[in-house]
Amino acid sequence: MRDITFGQYIPSDSVIHRLDPRVKLVLLFAYIISTFCTFNFYALSVPLVFAVLCIFLSKIPFRQYMKSMKAVFAVILITSVLNLFYGHGEVIFEWVFIKITRSALNNSAFIVVRILCLIISSAVLTFTTTPTDLTDAIERLMKPLKVFHINVHSIAMMMTIALRFVPTLLEETDKIMMAQKARGADLESGGVLQRVKALIPILIPLFVSAIQRAMDLAMAMECRCYNGGKGRTRMKVLSIHSRDIMGIVVFIFSLTLLIIFDIFIAHTVR
Amino acid sequence: MKTIIHTENLSLTYGLKTPFEKKAVDDLNIDIYEGEFLGIIGHTGSGKSSLVQMLNGLIKPTQGKIFLNGKDIHADKKKLREVRFKVGMVFQYPEYQLFEETVYKDIAFGPINKGITGTELDSCIRDAARFTGLNEILFDKSPFELSGGEKRRAAISGIIAMTPDVLILDEPTAGLDPQGRDRLLRQINTYHKAKSNTIVLVSHSMEDIARYADRILVMNKGRCEMLGTAKEVFSQGEKLSEMGLRVPQITSIVQKLRANGIELPADILTVEQAYFEISKLLDKRGYIQ
Ligand SMILES: Nc1ncnc2c1ncn2[C@@H]1O[C@H](COP(=O)(O)OP(=O)(O)OP(=O)(O)O)[C@@H](O)[C@H]1O
Ligand SMILES: [Mg+2]
Repeated sequence: MRDITFGQYIPSDSVIHRLDPRVKLVLLFAYIISTFCTFNFYALSVPLVFAVLCIFLSKIPFRQYMKSMKAVFAVILITSVLNLFYGHGEVIFEWVFIKITRSALNNSAFIVVRILCLIISSAVLTFTTTPTDLTDAIERLMKPLKVFHINVHSIAMMMTIALRFVPTLLEETDKIMMAQKARGADLESGGVLQRVKALIPILIPLFVSAIQRAMDLAMAMECRCYNGGKGRTRMKVLSIHSRDIMGIVVFIFSLTLLIIFDIFIAHTVR
Repeated sequence: MKTIIHTENLSLTYGLKTPFEKKAVDDLNIDIYEGEFLGIIGHTGSGKSSLVQMLNGLIKPTQGKIFLNGKDIHADKKKLREVRFKVGMVFQYPEYQLFEETVYKDIAFGPINKGITGTELDSCIRDAARFTGLNEILFDKSPFELSGGEKRRAAISGIIAMTPDVLILDEPTAGLDPQGRDRLLRQINTYHKAKSNTIVLVSHSMEDIARYADRILVMNKGRCEMLGTAKEVFSQGEKLSEMGLRVPQITSIVQKLRANGIELPADILTVEQAYFEISKLLDKRGYIQ
């Protein structure tokens, strides 16, 4: 239960950790879009190199990235295998009814690299940014939505609280599971229906305590005169430093490179 | 005396091979005898909860073995569930495990899992409720409508109803009022006397442990520091205070009196004992007519 690494902050002291969360968030979006606008391997190598660079700069052991990739391993496998069977042209492998063409192989490899890029880049963001910083950034970036009477502050607050309670709830689940196992609850055997039924003794106490916690938290917030975001100031004010500018410049440079490759080299993959 | 639980080089490390590695239990070799009341004391974080959770197979030790009636409990994975019926475990703050519609059904959860049915089930439940002092009027209520103390009793009943050979209680009185605490412990002791089964009680209260435990295990930084009768353990007051523990209040008072030349026995552990000895002394000196 506790070794879920995807979306977990890993403290360290690196350039990427110190980047402004808004910059990181915007760059991640731009990066994801640009990764989808690559049409040949030269262009795709740019985001790949960029991702590897981020891994090095983040000073987080590669093992952690491996773990988060493991979580989506099945997805990668299925998409790549399915893609192997679609394609025309030169056949390089044939067995009974299975035909694999060169273009299909290329295609499949291309998609795998693309997915890896996406996973690594989002992992870099979540590993190097605390959840509070992240929601802070989201709140700032969504500020313009106030024009449409959307309460940006409340949304950000809800996200912060939800993220804050993920580890707490995991710990609680662990505890309840142990207590019910001590009463002979059998969570491992039986058919689907039986297994779902076996979850009831765990889910009910979990909901009860979650609701209790929510009410306690609401009370505690009210006791400290919380009344939404109006007039609230911040302890840590986000500000753009030279390293953020540097990050943006490096990204724009690689984006330019990507576009050049896209335009001047023939499409190898479609 | 017959050994019921035996541990061999028992060790537990949390977060093995991560930066958060933490040795909670360190090379523990102990015997728990059948029918005894064993108290476990230790500073906070000394590994008491981790130890007792290993004793019924809820946590797997990173090293070493646990024997129940001479059999390694992790030898056969399928038998692990049976071990949990034999070694009942009441967690710290057990009330969060309540989930059924009614208190009665909730107490029945454990025994039904064990395979008890019919009239035997009913008598198990009623017996358990009697031992913890849970009023039968509450049986049809939702467990969420009970008071804190009643919830605690209902939760403990749920374990006792499984009629375990060994009952482990991890700070069962935490968060109860003084009267409720005394009553609950008295009832647990009555249960122990009536069924003559083995009890393991983890507690921070030296007074409670001194009153009820036959033997005491003192844990410090995951290791077994002392294991002996209450008299043996509490005669080493200095060693205890080095570990952030102390002797029962009444024992330290008697020790101060002795230091001032008043001839009282050294091994007084409860207020009743002290009362008895002091009145005997006063009687001898002629203060009481
Ligand atoms: N699930 C866990 N993951 C990581 N470390 C843990 C976990 N549970 C306990 N620990 C650590 O193991 C050590 C022993 O904890 P344990 O709960 O056994 O202590 P304890 O003696 O029961 O303390 P207390 O008297 O406060 O209940 C502590 O240092 C604790 O931080
Ligand atoms: Mg504990």
